[in-house]
Amino acid sequence: MSDFPARAHLSLADSQMRRNVRKAVTTIRIKTGRVIAERADWQELRDAGSAIKAEALGSLDTLLIQLEERVQAAGGVVHWAQDAAEARQIIVGLVKATGSPSVIKIKSMTTDEIELNPALSAAGIRPIETDLADMIVQLAKEKPSHLLVPAIHKNRAEIRTLFQAEMGRHDLSDNPRDLANAARAYLREHFTHTKVAISGANFAIAETGAVGVVESEGNGRMCLTLPETLISIMGIEKVLPRWQDLEVFLQLLPRAATGERMNPYNSLWTGVTPGDGPSVFHLVLLDNGRTRILADSVARQTLHCIRCSRCLNVCPVFERTGGHAYDSMYQGPIGAILTPQLRGLAEAGSLAFASSLCGACHEACPVQIDIPRVLVHLRGAAVAATRGRPSVEGLAMAAAARIFGSAALFGLAENAAANVASLLEHDGVMPRLPGLGAWQMSRELPAPPKQSFRAWWKARGR
Amino acid sequence: MRVSLFITCITDTLYPGTGQAVVRLLERLGHEIEFREAQTCCGQMHHNSGYAPEALALVRKFARDFAGAETIVVPSTSCTAMIRRSYPQIAAADPSLLAQINGIAERTFEFSELLTRKLGLSDVGAYYPHRVTYHSSCNSLRALGLGSAPLDLLRHVRGLDLVELPHADECCGFGGTFAVKNAETSTAMMADKISHILATGAEICTAGDNSCLMHIGGGLSRLRTGVRTVHLAEILASTEATE
Repeated sequence: MSDFPARAHLSLADSQMRRNVRKAVTTIRIKTGRVIAERADWQELRDAGSAIKAEALGSLDTLLIQLEERVQAAGGVVHWAQDAAEARQIIVGLVKATGSPSVIKIKSMTTDEIELNPALSAAGIRPIETDLADMIVQLAKEKPSHLLVPAIHKNRAEIRTLFQAEMGRHDLSDNPRDLANAARAYLREHFTHTKVAISGANFAIAETGAVGVVESEGNGRMCLTLPETLISIMGIEKVLPRWQDLEVFLQLLPRAATGERMNPYNSLWTGVTPGDGPSVFHLVLLDNGRTRILADSVARQTLHCIRCSRCLNVCPVFERTGGHAYDSMYQGPIGAILTPQLRGLAEAGSLAFASSLCGACHEACPVQIDIPRVLVHLRGAAVAATRGRPSVEGLAMAAAARIFGSAALFGLAENAAANVASLLEHDGVMPRLPGLGAWQMSRELPAPPKQSFRAWWKARGR
Repeated sequence: MRVSLFITCITDTLYPGTGQAVVRLLERLGHEIEFREAQTCCGQMHHNSGYAPEALALVRKFARDFAGAETIVVPSTSCTAMIRRSYPQIAAADPSLLAQINGIAERTFEFSELLTRKLGLSDVGAYYPHRVTYHSSCNSLRALGLGSAPLDLLRHVRGLDLVELPHADECCGFGGTFAVKNAETSTAMMADKISHILATGAEICTAGDNSCLMHIGGGLSRLRTGVRTVHLAEILASTEATE
């Protein structure tokens, strides 16, 4: 099991990926920044967004029951899944019952979270991703590297090569229009022949039972309208109390996510309607650790996330390491707090340390999640869980705590450090020393001067 | 005004010249400096690295050490942010500590903030004949919201040629223990910061935080760029007599 620094080591060396990611996030950052700046009430929208999320999470128990009732009343079927395994079992079972050999899928992080595609394949069902970028990632047999732009690590020349190999289109250019047309022809085949679609959900409205997906391409709209059966899975935190709450989120999400004033496709459906769209609708409500996150008063705000990915696009760490270093379908700052909570600190704890705590994510978040605060909170839990196990860092931190506990000890330590340094330093710089490699790989370490400030103050005698 | 100096552990040990500059400048401006010798460290390293009980002990110590101080000045944006933003969260479970902390936090000012917001100054009578670029630390920009106040101080320094740093709102990659736990990512961030600094043609990169400067300056000197890092206080304390 590798940790973030080891994975970042590999991705930092991938100059093509770094160039692709930098170019893409810079473009998105400029566009979202410009479109957000158009709204004089952006801060009020953020306040409203986080207030509605806090309200919804505070009454999740009643809202989810209300949602279930409304969906059932409108002809839908509701399933509850405690964890990923149960969700997979439910969905694979539902698809099997239809007899369909394949499913078309709308881009959904939640289906990645429960690792649905391998489970479908194992049951002999072919999952077909229809979001253009997800399709690219699936054809390349890779994993998404950005929660909204899954193929952000690839440029169009790489995509052309992939399409040439996978679609047999050897005449294809790397013109974006040609690439889109090739994808369109490939996907239309599947849209017209596949009887079952699987989607995630951006929102669900407890008051009416409506479930919603927003997207830019229209491929989602195809999946939501053409098949006979629609299966949607959503994390339980996606529920909103009222229809009117969409007013806030349909303004926040597109501007923060893609820099669009409104999503090109906003699909909302309530159960089933005879003669219009799928005749069978299943809604799977997934916990998979969310109630545990809800119980933590500091980390709870993680569940406010509307998956806009703006935190990834402004993150200086993500810009350099790309998404694969996070080893999760949730990358960047939100991934650094969400993944360790979903998978546990023992497995994913290094993500909580994969941040300089610069605060760009908190500043950019449309629902004001204080990601640096949650990171520090999770670091505390990670350290607490391994206390007592001998480690160099633990010893150093304990020693530092003792020294900082007393000005007398601190003064002695300063003198000792300066005395040792004076024997080793050259022009005020320390030589390379064992144990300091992580710092000295790229930075000189200054030697402490003979006289500390406190020694100077004392000598000054006022 | 009587100003109590919280020197911070890094500046005390590695950059005493910054502390001396703060004393020199504030005395020149007619203020009285006190230095409470019981002080050590604000606890930021322990807090940000997940050593919460150790950090709490240092928060308590800070509250004791600075009890009754009228005005506290801190020549570090990140230590000021620790006191103002994180202390109340750390002390939340202890109402009496929280009350002390809230009282202290509102009397604590980052160095440039003390000059511009508390004392209302923009020209502190400094002279510094060098080409300088300014790195706005993340804590200055975001946690403290100091905006362009430090730049305003620099613009009023005689002889100083201020050149704007491109991508000024981007982190330099220090991040405390992040710099060693994720040394390669930290270095990649620093490399970009250094290339932006070199693009300005400045002789000197300044900032309000010696920890960013230790990292950036360490990189600049490893690459033998000839560009130096100097804390903002040292520039503002300079006069014709010292230059």
